[in-house]
Amino acid sequence: MFSWFYIEGILILVGINVMIVLGLSLLTGFTGLFSFGHAGFMAIGAYVAVTCTMQLDVPFYLAILIGGIAAMIASLFIGYFTLNLKGDYFCIATLGFGEAIRLILDNMTIVGGARGLPGIPLDTTLVNVIVIDIIGIMAMAYLIKSRHGRNMIAIREEELASQAIGINVFRYKMESLAISALYAGIGGALWAHYVGFIQPLMFQLTKSTEMTIMVIFGGLGSITGSVVGAFILTFLPELLRELANWRLVFYGAAVIAIMIARPQGMLGGIEITDMFRWIKRTVTGENRRAKAAAEADKEAKTELPGEGGGES
Amino acid sequence: MLKIEDLNVYYGGIHALRGVSIDVPQGEIVTIIGSNGAGKSSLLNAISGVIKYSGLIEYEGQPLAKQAHKVVKSGVCQVPEGRIIFANLTVHENLKMGAYLRNDAKGISADFERVYDLFPRLKEREKQLAGTLSGGEQQMLAMGRGLMSSPELILLDEPSLGLAPLLINTIFEIILEIKAMGKTILLVEQNAFKALSIADRAYVLEQGKITSSGSARELLADTTIQEAYLGKKH
Repeated sequence: MFSWFYIEGILILVGINVMIVLGLSLLTGFTGLFSFGHAGFMAIGAYVAVTCTMQLDVPFYLAILIGGIAAMIASLFIGYFTLNLKGDYFCIATLGFGEAIRLILDNMTIVGGARGLPGIPLDTTLVNVIVIDIIGIMAMAYLIKSRHGRNMIAIREEELASQAIGINVFRYKMESLAISALYAGIGGALWAHYVGFIQPLMFQLTKSTEMTIMVIFGGLGSITGSVVGAFILTFLPELLRELANWRLVFYGAAVIAIMIARPQGMLGGIEITDMFRWIKRTVTGENRRAKAAAEADKEAKTELPGEGGGES
Repeated sequence: MLKIEDLNVYYGGIHALRGVSIDVPQGEIVTIIGSNGAGKSSLLNAISGVIKYSGLIEYEGQPLAKQAHKVVKSGVCQVPEGRIIFANLTVHENLKMGAYLRNDAKGISADFERVYDLFPRLKEREKQLAGTLSGGEQQMLAMGRGLMSSPELILLDEPSLGLAPLLINTIFEIILEIKAMGKTILLVEQNAFKALSIADRAYVLEQGKITSSGSARELLADTTIQEAYLGKKH
């Protein structure tokens, strides 16, 4: 039914989205900050990388890295002014940032303005996207397990308590945003070199929300979830293409259905390594033993009523 | 130990603290009493660097840092109002988080024992998730976590909030024990009678201003304060 060329194209898009969603997952899933401006970081990454490859003859891999770093620098600037804002206000600030970047690009005739920038070399292939994804996933997994990642999780869990024990909350939020923007910038750069044409319209608010939906759909606080979310939600609209105009209705319905069935997202807080461990335990019979122990514990507790109640 | 002079805090157009000056001597319990919205929590949040302020806060003769993490490092620790704990970590892990800035393994394990001695309840529930604790236990955990950073000065924000009367007595006894460890305590409370009965010194905060101060005993005997905060009629 589908030709390999078509499927390969979707897989490349999946790979690109995985990169962006991973970054956003660090910010939203692990640090607890919502962003609706990641399309802005993608745009910066895309335009800077394209300028590098087309005007300055910079090699492709270096160009996408420069694109990512440019997005990161922009994030440091925006983060410095907005990361002290609480919750929703930060979210709105990122929304404004994303739209501002788009409007600036609309009016920058040097990069084609609203008409866009055609003729970008098609350097993004399935192989290099997969390699970059693997590096991105491994780096992110390492980061989450490090002291830095755990500080971010502590901030997500309880910002005030984190502050009270001496975590530099602002610094780790900044770090999270910067790394997140780096991933988005690289993703944007890869996207530009896959499509071969960029225009500011590609980096609208809908792009940002699409990425955020993937993160939430896959499950907050899970790298595996983010990858799965990006995979399913990139494929889904393509599978639904036969439904023509009804496609987005079904897409929306599918997202809503999942959120009702699993409010924590498909794999909220669960990693693939946890699943391996669980399977191993099930096979070796440890789970049954643990369950039996838990039940024995429960019985012991019910025999001692009146313990620990009474307050608040 | 802690000296605050002419402290002002604004929330937008609202002038929440108006030229507050207080003194906290080493080894004492100093309490700030006042009604809802008087600015008690704002005062503690300003000291611990959570909110912006103007004015001078001196700690052991040096101006105190204005960023929260640096304040903790210098030995001032806030136990925030409303039992802010890490609900998804165990009791033990929560206490460990309290020692975030420390590297002295020996000192940390000694402090673990001190905290568990002080709060036997926490020892019993060492491996339990903090979110499943009762309100009183969570308050104990928040205080224990504060102690784990080995602070010299502890800022306690409404430790009795929402607790049963019996438990309030326990918490206040523990505050006295913490004082006996040689710690200095700045206690913010709505339960004025309780706070005054354990404190050495007290300040009354009304609409962002210190309206009276003195030894806790003096304030307990003061008729206007009795009427306003202790519910006694004359």
